[in-house]
Parts: sequence; structure tokens; C-alpha cells
Amino acid sequence: MRNLTSLLFAAGLAFFLLVIAARFDLGAAPMLIGNAILQEAPEQTGAANIVTSVVLGYRGIDTLGEIAILFTASLAAGLVLGRRRPEAARDADSGAVLQISAQLLFPLLLVVGFYIILHGHLTPGGGFQGGVILAAAFFLPLLARPGTSVNHAGLSLVEGLAGAGFILIGLLALFQGKAFLEPLLDKGTLGTLVSAGTLPLLYLAVGLKVGAELAGLLANLADSEVDQ
Amino acid sequence: MIWLLGILIVMMLVAAIAVLVLDNHIAAVAAASIVSLTLSVLFVLLRAPDVAMTEAAVGAGLSSLILALSLRRLGLWRIENTVKETEDA
Repeated sequence: MRNLTSLLFAAGLAFFLLVIAARFDLGAAPMLIGNAILQEAPEQTGAANIVTSVVLGYRGIDTLGEIAILFTASLAAGLVLGRRRPEAARDADSGAVLQISAQLLFPLLLVVGFYIILHGHLTPGGGFQGGVILAAAFFLPLLARPGTSVNHAGLSLVEGLAGAGFILIGLLALFQGKAFLEPLLDKGTLGTLVSAGTLPLLYLAVGLKVGAELAGLLANLADSEVDQ
Repeated sequence: MIWLLGILIVMMLVAAIAVLVLDNHIAAVAAASIVSLTLSVLFVLLRAPDVAMTEAAVGAGLSSLILALSLRRLGLWRIENTVKETEDA
């Protein structure tokens, strides 16, 4: 019975996908707004990476919503996971390979993460991708030595300040008589590191927030007790 | 190009079916990670490097890490050399 239901569901899904595929010709953009943004984004926002100008310039409030969703999810996970008993068993330290490569990779991941965040308005990447890499960098030592203590207060501070910074930049635009989260400052020359006004600052806030949040979440998960 | 796409899609399908049929939970997580990794290569070929980067970082890296840690939390996956001294003492 259960298999039959799954089969029916899969068949229905395939049918709908085929209908959608048959109705639209691939390669032709059905929307007009995409073309308009492609033409006007570099002049309007000063960001060479058009994806960034959409994510932070045209749809900044969506990004704020995404950050809020991520915050709520990590908060809920932290609540569900609970606190570990002090006498609970802990995993032993990992082998030499992981320990040494964790030490080697930590600075590398840190540089790559910040590079991706700070070049979000120039090259592919940005706050979310770089933030995940930062979180991985701070989780690696924990993977190598499970007993390592994590500075959760510091992580929360970074996360809170970054989130407040994002909203503050948005409110600053509001005080100057513009729309909420509208890009401020000088646009600079297209393609240089200091360009696109406040977009790099917004992405830095997003990256720090995502990184601190996910690092805290992973540390919580790894630190939770194991049912024996 | 079309051959590469075909190989990638077959790899994705094989890995996705492996997630369903594998008995070992951690192997299933690894297979799910392979699906995401192949998908990110597909995104690069489709000229969406931003999405590819997100898929590789979140789909292949972070979510499989969270799945593996959740398996560990539920006791479905055990690291062999767990310290037992605290229990024996």
C-alpha cells in the first residue's frame, strides 16, 4: 500500500514536470524583469556581480527575511538539542591526519571565506557561501578534538552585532529619505574592490552572521549527548 | 558538453537511488552529498556559478554534516573509539 502511494506520487510529480517542460521552451526567458535587471543593474548598483545586486540591492528585504529564517531555525535547533550532562561520554580525539589537516586548513578556510564574502559584489559568491565556509573553518578543530570548548557567548555577540548592522544600514537609508535597505554611499568604479556603495558592507554583515550562527549550531550538534 | 551532462545526470540518479537502498546510514548521507556535489557541477555547466557555490557549500558540505551529526545524536551512527572511561570508572 505504501509503495503504491509512493509510486502514484512519483508518477503525478513526473506528469506535472513533463507538463511544465512541454509548456515552456527552454532557453527563452519568460519574464521581462530579468532582462531589465540585466541591462540596468551595473549602472544602478555599481556591482559587477548582478546576482549580488539583486540579492542585496533590488531584493534586500528578502535577504533580511532569509537571515531571520536562518536565525529562527538555529534558535529552534539549539532549544531542541538541550544541554549535555557533565558525566556524559565523549568521543575520543580523532587521528593524526584529521588533527594536522584541521590545523593546516583553518587559516586557508578563513582566508577563502573572507575572500568570497568581500568579493561578493565582484565575483560569484557572497555572504551566504563565505559564511558557510567560515563556519566550516571554526568547526574543523571541534571535529579533530571533540572536547574543545566553544566560545558561544562570543559567537552570539558576533551574530547579534552583524544582524543589527544589517538592519542599521537599512535604517540609515530610511533616515536619508530613501527606501529601506536602498544602497548608499558612492558607487565607485565598476569592478574594483571598493565599489557598489554599501553592498559589500551588507554582505560582510550577512557573512559574519551566517558564519557565527552555523558555527554555533554545528558546535551545539556535535556537543550534544549520544544515546548509547 | 551533452555527454558530460548525461554522465552527470546518470551519476546523480545513481547516487539518489543509492540513498534509498543503502542500509548504512552514513553511506546514505555520503550518497546524498554526492547528489549535491554533482548538481553543483551541473550548475557550473549551466553558467550559474553563484548557485553552484551555494549548492557545494550548503548542499554538499553543511547539510550532510548536519545529517551526520544528527545521526550521531540519535545513536544511529557511532564513532568506534568512543571514550568509555567515564562510564567504567
